[in-house]
Amino acid sequence: MSDTPEPATDTGPPPPWTPLRQALAGLSWPPMLLPRLVRDLLRGPQTDPAPPVPEITVSALIERLDAAARARLGRSLAIRHVGSGSCNGCELEINGLSGVVYDLERLGLRFVASPRHADVLLVTGPACRNMTEAMQRAWHCAPEPRWVVAVGDCALDGGVFRDSYAVEGGVGQVLPVDLVIPGCPPSPGLMLEGLLALVEAQRDEDEVPAGMPPRAEPGFRNQG
Amino acid sequence: MSRPATKLIRQGAARVGFRHELHPSQWLQLRAALGDEPELDFLGLWAEQGAVHAAFHGADGLLLTTLPLAEASYPALSPVRPAAAWFERAVADLWGLRAEGGTDGRSWLDHGRWPAMAPLSARPQPNMAEPPQPGFLPALGEGVHQVPVGPVHGGVTEPGHFRFHVQGERVVRLEARLGYAHKGTLGLMRGKSPRAAARFAARISGDSTVAHSWAFAAAAEAALDLTPPPRAILLRGVMAELERIANHLNDWGALCNDAGFAWPQARCGVLREALLRAQEAAFGHRLMMDRVVPGGVSIDIARSGPDTLRAALAGIQAEFPALRRISEEQAGLQDRLAGTGVLHPALAGRFAAGGFVGRASGRDFDARRNRAYAPYDAVAFTVPVLRSGDVEARLALRMAELEQSLSMAETLLARLEPGETLLALPVQGGEGVALVEGFRGEVLCWMALDENGLIRACFARDPSWLHWPLLEAAMQNGILADFPLCNRSFNASYSGVDL
Repeated sequence: MSDTPEPATDTGPPPPWTPLRQALAGLSWPPMLLPRLVRDLLRGPQTDPAPPVPEITVSALIERLDAAARARLGRSLAIRHVGSGSCNGCELEINGLSGVVYDLERLGLRFVASPRHADVLLVTGPACRNMTEAMQRAWHCAPEPRWVVAVGDCALDGGVFRDSYAVEGGVGQVLPVDLVIPGCPPSPGLMLEGLLALVEAQRDEDEVPAGMPPRAEPGFRNQG
Repeated sequence: MSRPATKLIRQGAARVGFRHELHPSQWLQLRAALGDEPELDFLGLWAEQGAVHAAFHGADGLLLTTLPLAEASYPALSPVRPAAAWFERAVADLWGLRAEGGTDGRSWLDHGRWPAMAPLSARPQPNMAEPPQPGFLPALGEGVHQVPVGPVHGGVTEPGHFRFHVQGERVVRLEARLGYAHKGTLGLMRGKSPRAAARFAARISGDSTVAHSWAFAAAAEAALDLTPPPRAILLRGVMAELERIANHLNDWGALCNDAGFAWPQARCGVLREALLRAQEAAFGHRLMMDRVVPGGVSIDIARSGPDTLRAALAGIQAEFPALRRISEEQAGLQDRLAGTGVLHPALAGRFAAGGFVGRASGRDFDARRNRAYAPYDAVAFTVPVLRSGDVEARLALRMAELEQSLSMAETLLARLEPGETLLALPVQGGEGVALVEGFRGEVLCWMALDENGLIRACFARDPSWLHWPLLEAAMQNGILADFPLCNRSFNASYSGVDL
């Protein structure tokens, strides 16, 4: 093919605004994301205020950790979720905690990807027998001091599944549980309340020395 | 058009209208006949003491067939219906019945950690052995290595193990090993009344609690020849559509976030939370668990419920067009989603994949339309279907379905008339089956009641039974880093198949 046909041309030269219009058409028109981001920025947070923390829960939790351990944990907690065979109802509500409405990171709480980085194991489900070894391994991986929080009625005592051949009947049968958040499933608000009680339980009291001990223990333990 | 398998099943002695009993020789013929009738969809396979059942769906609707067993084995169906392999493994683990000539003889739900083997059989044997090491299908080739993931995952999800065989970054084979969430649900249901056992059905998969409860209730009602009151049927429809909207919003946001685009997740999360709160105000539970029960619904909608729900739905409706457009036009997002995790239409058809997974790969089936059960027989809606079968198509399909559900929920709410919401169940025997479209696809539930009205046997099949093997196929030759996206786009339930 030696000569390709000339594209059909318009009768006159293009008007001066054509390049601008073409450039705007290249954008998604009307450009929608940016104004929405600005609007979200201006209208302020859609996050709910944090729930009040029940003092009785906090004092019960304080008794479970000595002062040094509390000081080491500080005022923030890294959470690792461990599913022990829930119906995924609890997971749905836990996932809600990370969203805009509950936004748990503003309160010093965050989810981490490994039990090795965790202060808290958040365990859901009735402790299915097929999961016991994995639960124990996750617990051994988490550095001390560590909390175990059982989330949901199944995690409390097996819930409706407690009579089954396939479950241990509650997380407490497999791991030492520090706090139970009941409900089927518990609402994100209730979970936030429980997790904040853990943070409160670590408030430094008089016996904690002024110079805080280092956050992390040197080296890894490998018990699992 | 000759339909040899359908004909053969219909020749069997009819136990109830929809279930036919076959002789062992007929069952063997069925295997050959199924090969000649690929359009007869395989839905599931399960057992009870002394019999194995299989469910199909064809041009005539639901068809169940039974092989009574004198011994502990039966001819496998997996050579002609590959989707049967997972069911055959479950039947072997729970009832101790072996599939002769099956494509996969490895145990699955049973990890060797229960006190007894074959716990649902007539005589469970005590388990004395140490838990065995799991065996995975091999992958051969230079430089192939394995990546084990789970059962404790990096995100907040259910437990399950994924074994990747990779060559460089390319996934040669993915195998999902589930069963970690096995709770013995089917065993717990036995010997209980349908009302008492509804609590287990509601907890087969929490995100589909309405769909599973509805399928369970409809099976019980079919067994007892009972029609729930019109108001209850409308409320079931409302709840099922709300559940679909909430789940589609959730996965839409999460999928964008997995691809590194956080804004849609923030917005979807706000809208979904508003909907869950409206659901709590209207029905007393954020996920509407235990609301659909045999005989109707356990709780009537609160007086202010319809308005509260309408307000939440209007909020979603108002933001939906912009959210959809931004998700569809964000080049960086499209780059990750388009062409990723392709499920070929032929494979989706062979597995009779339900829900958005099947419909994004060209399988035009929706139980709400194809089975036209109440209240959907009197609601106008379209069933969107795409053929490209990639992550993008599955997301686009969910958006289109969400739009349909928004208008369906409004329509159903507008039709509510005062009336009864719950009927008493007669105490009698019977057998029923139901197919209800959940957000993942159609949920099948079969139930047999003894003469005291207690459950003799029950089986609930989540659509995930068919989605998991298809996810494995869709990951083949993909890259490992795309797995979270691909997995999220299927969003198969772990608990739903672990039972």
